[in-house]
Amino acid sequence: MVKKVFGRPKYLKDAPFHYCPGCGHSIIHRLVAEVLEELDIGDITIGVPPAGCAVLAYDYFDVDMGEAPHGRGAAVATGIKRTLPDRIVFSYQGDGDIAAIGTAETIHAANRGENITVIFVNNGCYGMTGGQMAPTTLLGQASTTTPGGRNAARDAAPIDLSEMLAIAHGSVYIERTAVTSPKTIRGTKRAIAKAFKTQMANRGFSLVEILSPCPVNWKMSPVDAVKWIDSAMTKTFPLKVIKDEVGKL
Amino acid sequence: MDKRIVSARAVPRALLSVLILQLRFIVDKKVLMRGSHVIGEAAARAGCRFYAGYPITPQNELTEYMAESMDRLGDGTFIQAESELAAVNMIIGASMSGARAMTSSSSPGISLKQEGISFLAAQELPAVIVNTMRGGPGLGNIAPSQGDYFQATRGGGHGDYRTIVLAPASGQELADLTRTAFEYADSYRTPVLILGDGMMGQMMEPVVFPDPVDIHKLAPKPWILDGARGKRPSRIIRSLLLNPSTEEERNWKLMRKYEMISREITRAESYMTSDAHMVVVAYGTAARIAKGAVKRVREMGLKVGLLRPVTLWPFPEHNLKELSRYVKDFLVFEMSMGQMVEDVKISIEGRSDVHFYGRPGGIISTPDEVAKIINTIYHRRHLEED
Ligand SMILES: Cc1ncc(C[n+]2csc(CCOP(=O)(O)OP(=O)(O)O)c2C)c(N)n1
Ligand code: SF4
Ligand SMILES: [Mg+2]
Repeated sequence: MVKKVFGRPKYLKDAPFHYCPGCGHSIIHRLVAEVLEELDIGDITIGVPPAGCAVLAYDYFDVDMGEAPHGRGAAVATGIKRTLPDRIVFSYQGDGDIAAIGTAETIHAANRGENITVIFVNNGCYGMTGGQMAPTTLLGQASTTTPGGRNAARDAAPIDLSEMLAIAHGSVYIERTAVTSPKTIRGTKRAIAKAFKTQMANRGFSLVEILSPCPVNWKMSPVDAVKWIDSAMTKTFPLKVIKDEVGKL
Repeated sequence: MDKRIVSARAVPRALLSVLILQLRFIVDKKVLMRGSHVIGEAAARAGCRFYAGYPITPQNELTEYMAESMDRLGDGTFIQAESELAAVNMIIGASMSGARAMTSSSSPGISLKQEGISFLAAQELPAVIVNTMRGGPGLGNIAPSQGDYFQATRGGGHGDYRTIVLAPASGQELADLTRTAFEYADSYRTPVLILGDGMMGQMMEPVVFPDPVDIHKLAPKPWILDGARGKRPSRIIRSLLLNPSTEEERNWKLMRKYEMISREITRAESYMTSDAHMVVVAYGTAARIAKGAVKRVREMGLKVGLLRPVTLWPFPEHNLKELSRYVKDFLVFEMSMGQMVEDVKISIEGRSDVHFYGRPGGIISTPDEVAKIINTIYHRRHLEED
């Protein structure tokens, strides 16, 4: 008897990821799909992919997917969720998408307490457009638009959107995690599950920020990229529960 | 989580709201209403159940009306969005999940919506967008203007696409064309723009509304995102097509749709054109002023008519072509520096002379003023021919 112990989650299509080796997006896609399956909500889920490296997320997630313009994921998700309040709606957004061009839509969706779940992938750069500075790029971190390293006087300091969202009245669950080790990956999955459960319980706006490697634009090996998240990125963006008004679900 | 349970609960409320609308209709068949409210009421009766907008003068009365009517209907959503950008993107989401959805604004806000309108066109999503035009460019002013014709009819946003543009010229037409806008949006799966101006929005006129539709009886949309529920393959609504040949095919597909729309919906009103030597071409508020001018010069015995495009895109090229067989002079009158005049010239292809008169910046010409211009052109032609 052969027992299958590991396979493709139900809500991932049988399609190879286009992401670079060592990219965090692939891991995060898998975690989201596993959660949708374990909570048995994939069949009533509508996802909103971003403009960013995950723009093709609809080629991977086997759930209904509606593309948003760059940064507008929270507004598009709002329109879907308000129209079909008994469905599960999530947006999947990069740090540039959510914390630069889409800041207003995100803060106001959180403040209205939209009952949606946001997966916020923080890789400290604009991956898709070739590694420019993102709002989350660390001080001193080199990017194609901060060749001498990000300088607070020239480029401003990194922005902590999750902390800002925590102030918003209608956000109820916000946690920052990473995908750097089996332990942090398990923690990320638990956080994603809690975020979706928050929505299933109609509690309001939930968001998981995930520190995620972009070895290509960081010009690091995948192993070094993961180490760098643990040693450097978590100093500016500490892993923690930022807001939890839902408690146990 | 079962759809049947949820919709079963929603039905009595929805029925009640339809009944209330029906009752109001029976009691006061004809109502006196300002233009902005007419659009709002007509939208609700057309089955609009999702509205998002951001305040801007001179169209706040529409947003306010929607706030009240979506609440009254019980099954509608009203969101005062954080910006016009957010509003149009909420419409994208609502439309993806099947709602008849509308947003509205005035010129500067419509500029902000253009990225979203381009997405609506590319993703083939129905939506109604109302532009109550004001003076511009920039902040301009809040007086009635027609300076957004180019933006409305040339696509406005980026890429190879068209937007259906309807130009009502009376309270009754606001009611009728708002209904039509939702129908076109759904049947062609495309954004439809209603292009009015501050004058139209404020004008009080008697209106008879069409009966409210029962939103549960609208044609099903077999393409929406509502969760596959194990019954069908998952769906994707996207605009990104990285492969140029796939993108080309999508563009041709849109093009074929736009050609069909042009054949099926192009509309214009002709007024006293059958014996006309000269025809004024104007839309919306300008057409009402022009009609007054035509009446005045007719009293003086001048053979002048009016052609009023009701659809600005598709433009009534054919009507103009026909008229140009016997009409020597066309006078395009706009509340702008001259934008539609280009479409008139394209339609007439040099067969007749095309003149222009317009006042930009929110200035409203009087019928007498336009009549004077008509007179001058008309008599110059007759002097030449004598
Ligand atoms: C209006 C608009 N501006 C710019 C772009 C180009 N663009 C696409 S993705 C992107 C940034 C992506 O960065 P991020 O959100 O961090 O996602 P990542 O690729 O890093 O996952 C930009 C600037 C766009 N698509 N639309
Ligand atoms: S560029 Fe970075 S974020 Fe994009 S796929 Fe490659 S590793 Fe991932
Ligand atoms: Mg990024």
